[in-house]
Amino acid sequence: MNQQVSKQQIEEIWIEEEPYYEAVGEEIVLFESAYNNKLPLLLKGPTGCGKTRFMEHMAWRLKRPLITVSCHDDLTASDLVGRYLIVGGETRWIDGPLARAVRSGGICYLDEIVEARKDTMVVIHPLADDRRVLPMEKVGEQLQAAPEFSMVVSYNPGYQSVLKELKQSTRQRFVAIEFNYPSADLEKRIIVRETGVDAQSAQNLVKFAEMTRNLKGSGLDEGASTRLLVHAAKLMVSGISPITACSAGIGQALTDDPDMVAAVQELSAALF
Amino acid sequence: MHPLSVVELEQRLDQVLELDLVRLSPEQAAQALAPFSREQQERALHWSQIAAQAHVQIGQQISIHAALALPLMSDEVMGRWVYHALDLYDRKGLFPAIEAVKSVERYAAEAEARARGVGFDETVGMLSHFLQGLSGRHLQIEEGESLWTDSEKVFLPSFVGHFEQRDDNFQLYKAQLVTLWAENWYGTWRLVQGEPVQTRISQWLSVRADKVRDLAFLQRLELIRIDVVLKRVFPGIFRQRNRLLQMVGTPLIPSGWEYAVAALSDLQASLETSLLWLDRLDGEAPARLCYQEIWQIEAVDSAARARSEKERGSFQYLLWKMADELQLTEQEQQQAKFEWHQKENGEQQESVAEVELLLEDQPVAPPEIMNALTRSIIQDFGELPPEYLHPVGDAQFDPERLARNAQDVWGGTYHEEGAFLYDEWDGSRLNYRKGWAVLREMEAKLGDGNFVEETIHKYQRLVGHLRKSFEALRSADLLLKRQENGDSLDVDAVVDAMADHQQGQEMSDRLYLQNRRHNRSIAVMLMVDMSGSTKGWINDAERESLVLLCEALEALDDRYAIYGFSGWTRKRCEVFPIKRFTEPYNETVKQKIAGIESQDYTRMGVAIRHLTALLNGAEARTRLLITLSDGKPDDSDDYKGEYAIEDTRMALLEARRTGVHPFCITIDQEGQEYLSHMYGPAGYTVVDAVEKLPFKVADIYRRLTL
Repeated sequence: MNQQVSKQQIEEIWIEEEPYYEAVGEEIVLFESAYNNKLPLLLKGPTGCGKTRFMEHMAWRLKRPLITVSCHDDLTASDLVGRYLIVGGETRWIDGPLARAVRSGGICYLDEIVEARKDTMVVIHPLADDRRVLPMEKVGEQLQAAPEFSMVVSYNPGYQSVLKELKQSTRQRFVAIEFNYPSADLEKRIIVRETGVDAQSAQNLVKFAEMTRNLKGSGLDEGASTRLLVHAAKLMVSGISPITACSAGIGQALTDDPDMVAAVQELSAALF
Repeated sequence: MHPLSVVELEQRLDQVLELDLVRLSPEQAAQALAPFSREQQERALHWSQIAAQAHVQIGQQISIHAALALPLMSDEVMGRWVYHALDLYDRKGLFPAIEAVKSVERYAAEAEARARGVGFDETVGMLSHFLQGLSGRHLQIEEGESLWTDSEKVFLPSFVGHFEQRDDNFQLYKAQLVTLWAENWYGTWRLVQGEPVQTRISQWLSVRADKVRDLAFLQRLELIRIDVVLKRVFPGIFRQRNRLLQMVGTPLIPSGWEYAVAALSDLQASLETSLLWLDRLDGEAPARLCYQEIWQIEAVDSAARARSEKERGSFQYLLWKMADELQLTEQEQQQAKFEWHQKENGEQQESVAEVELLLEDQPVAPPEIMNALTRSIIQDFGELPPEYLHPVGDAQFDPERLARNAQDVWGGTYHEEGAFLYDEWDGSRLNYRKGWAVLREMEAKLGDGNFVEETIHKYQRLVGHLRKSFEALRSADLLLKRQENGDSLDVDAVVDAMADHQQGQEMSDRLYLQNRRHNRSIAVMLMVDMSGSTKGWINDAERESLVLLCEALEALDDRYAIYGFSGWTRKRCEVFPIKRFTEPYNETVKQKIAGIESQDYTRMGVAIRHLTALLNGAEARTRLLITLSDGKPDDSDDYKGEYAIEDTRMALLEARRTGVHPFCITIDQEGQEYLSHMYGPAGYTVVDAVEKLPFKVADIYRRLTL
């Protein structure tokens, strides 16, 4: 069963130390009032712009455990709710991550919700409206959510695939917060703070990110995310040359197209 | 082997070039080739023959100039010389190709430089990404005679072989591109309002006496100004450019220019600074730098004029649309006062400022398309000119409409507007003919809608049967027993495991039931032969097969599209969309199926390339390209026999490389030999009688996707 658990990538954490997060807009206030009003949240935004970090920060702020589930195509309702296992010749019910969060009043964060199989919506819908119950079909129980429980889902609208659209019946249950890459100044501050790289290099990295974002839609599916910039900056801090750091940390991570890799390499060589 | 004599050579040349048909004489070539060894003569004959397949005159010219080429070139270089001429013939026509053949000595001299040089074709892909990454208005890279820009396109020479090292040549090529980009982005080509709109430089130039001297000075001042900015913003590029100048040995800054350089180093320096300093400098005009372009001021003027007219219209139209969305009355709309101001943006030092648009002092959020437009206008004028700020509801400037037109015109280089250009594989040259086949998507004709009803009636029992067998294919839930993971316990497995346990044996860990949705996720493109040979009952059979297949496919979730294809020479290849992927199977589609008519010829390669591109746009895990055909690929020009089969085979290989599975259903009884060469041994099926086609097609499809 170990394999099962690791496949679901479930983590439950009490966050003790404040995770570093720079607010871009009013997302912290919004989250808090949605939480106080027991409204579920939908985080939209491209990959690597800080959604997961934001969740950690909010869990720390609200002093609740955070249970993160990374959704994938094979994630079923039972993976979330729970299942019977055989223990010593008997069957025993084991709660899934969602059920644990509901019982313990944690924050359940379903990352990339559109990836999950459609039947998971059956359990998400009643939790996401004012009923706040989790139907546990197999044990014949309706689990009422603890008052502190909150559900947050994330979704990347950039995928632009008909198959990966969120249905109206689902999206209209959530308060939505849109995330985007931070402004140039803020992004620079984040890189410096996260990695300790010098301000000039951070500024160049931000400029570099902007150049890759110019390429979005004409050769690249996404520009460099803040996360990738942090990676490159970390490499630079440990003594890798800036051009190599940009190539390994950003260019190669963005694409496999040799022309594009070469172009991204030239763009970084232009800056450093 | 003894060398061929003049008479023998004449005979051979006649043979390989078929000169007598066009009344050209082989005498000159035969005379010239006679002194060479047999092996060299054979080489000359070989390449002449290859060239003659494209055009007999090119073949003849090769045979004549081979005598010059043989002592100068290795066989490999000679091949490149011939292909270079043939490429030119494909793209520009006979005359430039023959010119290229004639300049054999120059080609041989450059050949060595070409080997270590960097060429346009190998770098254009990467450089256009690089250019797009830099910022500013999208610039299209094209190959040209020299280095220049018209502010929308940048032209690069076909190759650079100035230095010994390949990498240095690449850096030079890139530096040349950067010059063109930087002039556009850092305001060398600033425009001034007026009748007509023109560049500031041409306005200034009109009152100058010594134009040649002034331009040379101005261009160098601008290059210095650009270098100062590059040093600040792109230190890497600056270093590379500096290194190139050092290698060549020309300094960027002529002596005595120090004060001008100090002025140009100012953060606020612009084109005006250069214009101002120009008169304070004297001495000789500075020599050209290795990355310096040749200014084509008139070309910039005319491109800018056309662009600014279009952009002004689009901008005003978008303002009007925004006002419209705010539900202003017509009068309010006319009086609506748009304004703009520059956004504060920290430490960024960009040449094009970010601006914010205001309506009645309130900021408004323009659509994304408008942001790009605004940036382009500011790149041209340095501001949003006041006359742009009045909304005008002229829909002919709707940017979406303009974008589509622009695309069409762009796609139709060589004056073939609105068409797609595809390369064609020439099996004898082992090379592509570039942009050879011209394909258009034509509107499919509507036919008699009753045809579909009649067909369904005629094959009533078959339709019912097909529906049932197709429904069985539908995505279905599968319950997998005895799995390691799953939604619930598999009681049978648990009982067995317990029993094993009791007996002291090892317990299985496969105790779960798993619900798996069997997902088909198939997209299929049906490519229907509409060539002249299908006229009559083959056409009927094709149409009936399509009706039956559509009826059956409606039982499935598979995405499917139907396109007819036909053509007449490479200039007139056509596909007819009967049903696009996004269209439902409705009355119009039914009428279009009924309206399928036999047309001209079967130029298959280009149709396969186009439809593969469309198919790859459809979201699916498996992609199928099914061809319904009645014979070999064939066209009225030289698209016949082996050439046609090799091109079709190459088009199918390209399709396979993109993950498409091609399959062919044919009624050509002699199809075996060429079909297995084109589609592979399992990639086709021959239906032995036309009247069986309707019975077979849907069934074949079912088996293909089982």
